[in-house]
Amino acid sequence: MYVYDEFDRAFLAERVAEFRDQVGRRLSGALSEDEFKPLRLMNGVYLQLHAYMLRIAIPYGTLNSDQLRRMAHVARRYDRGYGHFTTRQNIQFNWIKLEELPEAMAALAEVGVHGIQTSGNCIRNVTTDQWAGATPEECDDPRLWAEILRQYSTLHPEFTYLPRKFKIAITAADHDRAATKVHDIGLRLHRNDQGELGFEVLVGGGLGRTPFVGKHIRPFLPVRDLLSYVEAIMRVYNQYGRRDNIYKARIKILVHEIGAEEFSKAVEAEFAATRDGALRLTDEMIEEIRGRFLYPDFEPLDDQPAALVEALKDPLFATWHRNSVHKHKIPGYSIVTISLKPIGAPPGDATADQMDLIADLADDYGFREIRVGHEQNLCLPNVASKDLPELWRRLDAAGLATPNVNHISDIIACPGLDYCALANARAIPVAQEIAKRFSDLDRSRGIGRLHINISGCINACGHHHVGHIGILGVEKNGQEFYQITLGGRADEQAQLGTLLGPAVPYEQVPSLIEDVVDTYMELRAGPHELFIDTVTRLGVEPFKERVYAAH
Amino acid sequence: MPLIENGKLIEDRFIRVSDDEALPEGVAVLIGIDRFLKEAEMLKGRKAPVGVIWPNNRPIAEIAPYLGQLSLIALVFPIFRDGRAYSQARLLRERLGWRGPLRATGNVLRDQFLLMERSGFDQIDAVKEADAEAFDEAVHRYTVFYQPATDERPSLLRQRLGRTVSGVR
Ligand code: HEM
Ligand code: SF4
Repeated sequence: MYVYDEFDRAFLAERVAEFRDQVGRRLSGALSEDEFKPLRLMNGVYLQLHAYMLRIAIPYGTLNSDQLRRMAHVARRYDRGYGHFTTRQNIQFNWIKLEELPEAMAALAEVGVHGIQTSGNCIRNVTTDQWAGATPEECDDPRLWAEILRQYSTLHPEFTYLPRKFKIAITAADHDRAATKVHDIGLRLHRNDQGELGFEVLVGGGLGRTPFVGKHIRPFLPVRDLLSYVEAIMRVYNQYGRRDNIYKARIKILVHEIGAEEFSKAVEAEFAATRDGALRLTDEMIEEIRGRFLYPDFEPLDDQPAALVEALKDPLFATWHRNSVHKHKIPGYSIVTISLKPIGAPPGDATADQMDLIADLADDYGFREIRVGHEQNLCLPNVASKDLPELWRRLDAAGLATPNVNHISDIIACPGLDYCALANARAIPVAQEIAKRFSDLDRSRGIGRLHINISGCINACGHHHVGHIGILGVEKNGQEFYQITLGGRADEQAQLGTLLGPAVPYEQVPSLIEDVVDTYMELRAGPHELFIDTVTRLGVEPFKERVYAAH
Repeated sequence: MPLIENGKLIEDRFIRVSDDEALPEGVAVLIGIDRFLKEAEMLKGRKAPVGVIWPNNRPIAEIAPYLGQLSLIALVFPIFRDGRAYSQARLLRERLGWRGPLRATGNVLRDQFLLMERSGFDQIDAVKEADAEAFDEAVHRYTVFYQPATDERPSLLRQRLGRTVSGVR
C-alpha cells in the first residue's frame, strides 16, 4: 500500500481550501456557472439528473480499510446509504447536497481520499490491474508507475486545460485486466531481451461515440523515460488536438486524422528535446516511490491448508472458491474477488454496511487492503488461504458471496437513466433483468466466461463496445431501444464488437440475450470453447439469423 | 484591465494597435501576428519597442527568427478552458530561450494564475479587478508541487530526496 506523508496531506488540505473558496465565489456570484463548472468538475463534482454527484478517485484501485470505512461514513451521513463503484476505479455518491460537499470532502481528505481530477479535461485518475502486487503474472508492481504518473499529473500547470479528458491505464501482466488498449494512453510494462524494464506504448484508444483500439507507437520505452515520453504525447495533443468540436477533441481523433506514424514522429521529436531533462527518472527517484509501497509481512504458509481442503467438500464453498479465488504470488495466499453483482441488484453498488463489513474483513484477513477493479467488483488481494472458509462465511452472510465473477450475471453497467443527465435509456434495470434470467448458477457456469457490458448512451461509460455482448441504449421517438454488439473484448486481444442488427425495445432485451446465449450453446465447438471464441470463429451472422428470426 | 507583473500591479506601457491603424511613433506597441509578419523587415528599423500577440493555434516555433526584435510576447486564452498557450509558454521559455516578458491575455481568471506562473508567464492581464487583487493569495495557495515546470520550484519527489541541485529539479 502507498503511504502518504505530510506533503501529500498538506496538498490535499490546500486543495480543499481552494475548492471551498471557489464554492464561495460561485455562491456570491463572482464566478459564473460557466466559470465554476470546469473547476468543480476537476474536483469530481457533477450536476446530475436529481442532485450533485461526487466522484472520488481510488488511485490505481487501492484502498485501505480506514479509507473504505470513511466512504461508508460519507454514504451514510451525506448520501442515501450507498455508493457506486465505477469502471474507472472510482466511487460515486449520487445524492450529496452542494452545501455539504466541502464538509464531506474534508472528511475524506482526513484519510487521504479525494475527487481531484476524476473529471474535467485533465489527466484523470490513472488506472491499473486490481491484482497488482499480488498476482504471480506480473513483471513489476504497476502501481509504482501509476503513482509516478499520479504525482506528475496532479495539478499539472501545462495539462490541466486539455482539449478533452485524458485517461491512462497500465498493466504489468500478460493478461490485461486494465483495458489498456481502450485508453488514451495504454502502457504495458514488460522486460526486453536484456532483462530491462520498459513500456510498450499505445495511444489513441477509447470508446464513446467513435471507438478505437489504441495504436502502437513504441514497442519499448525504458522506464526512466516514462515521464518525458508521456509529456511529449501530452504536449503534442495539447497543441494540435481539436478544440473546434467537443466530439472530435479526444486524442484518438487526432491520432486517427494525422495517422499513428505522423503522430509518433511528432512525439519522438518532442521527446528527443526533453528526454535528458528534469523529467528523467533516476534510480533514486524510482526507489523513493517504490519504498513507499508497503507490502504485507507474508509468512511461509501451507498452500493446501487443512481448513481449506476440508471446506472444499462443501459444494457451495467450492463453487465460490472456483469462481472468486485466484493464485497469489506467495504460496499459502490467495487473491479474492468480491462480487458486487448479487442477482437483481444494481451492478457496482455497495451499501454503507457492506463497505464497513468489507473493511472489517480486510482488517481480519487481508492486511487492511482492498482493491477496486474496472469490472465494478472489489477484491481482497492478500488473504491467507487457510482463512478462506471463514471469509466466505462472513461474506455470504452479508450477501456478498455470489459466485458469478466473469459469468453472464457479472454485468458492467453505467448508471443510465436512473442517475445520469446524459442518458437515453436505462442501463441498471436491463442488467438486473438479464441477471435474473441467468440466476441459475449451474446454467451460468455451463455458459462459462461471458462479459455483458451495458451503456445508457453513446458515451460508453459501461464499455459496451468491448463487452463480449455489448448493449447500448438509444432513443427512438421517446422510447428506449437497445443496440446489441457481439465479439468485443477489453483484454490483451482487445477488439470492438460487431453490431448484431436493428435495435430492439426495452422489453425484448432479456429474451434476445437468451437467444444469443442459446445459439452459442448450440454452435460452440465444445464445452471449452468460450463465447467470445465462438463469435470470433463464426462471426455474427449465424447469431443474427437465429435471433432476428425469433423476434 | 489590470496588468500584473511578477506579482505587482503595473501600468501597461504597450499600446495595442489594430492592423489598420498607423503605428504611433516613439511608444511601445503591441500588434497582431499578421501585421507583424508582414511588416517584420520594416519594423527592424523602429526605435520604440514592439510586442506581438501570438495566436494559440499557430506553432510557436515559427516565432524563433523574430525573437531578437521583440520586447514582449503575449499569448492568448480565448476562453479560460482553452489551454494551448500553456504549452506555447513552456516551449518559448524552455526550448526557444525567450527571457523577455511573456504575457497571458484573454479570459484569464485567478484560478489559473498559479498554472500560468509555473508555465513561464511573468505578466498577467486579469479580466477581473478582484482577481488581480487576489494575485498573491492565488499563487501561494499551494506549498507542494508534484512536478517540475518552468518556474523551477522543486517537485515533491526532489523535495523528498532532500536535494535541489541547481539545474536538476
Ligand atoms: C454519471 C455521470 C457521468 C457522466 C455525465 C459521464 C459522461 C461521460 C461522457 C460525456 C463520456 C464520453 C467522453 C468522450 O468520448 O469524450 C464518458 C465516457 C466514459 N465514462 Fe462516463 N460519465 C458518467 C459516469 C460514468 C460512470 C459511472 C462510469 C463508470 C461506470 C464512467 C466511465 C466512463 C468510461 C469508461 C468512458 C469511456 C471512455 C472513453 O471514451 O474512452 N462514466 N462519460
Ligand atoms: S454511458 Fe451515457 S448514460 Fe451511461 S453514465 Fe455515461 S453518459 Fe451517462
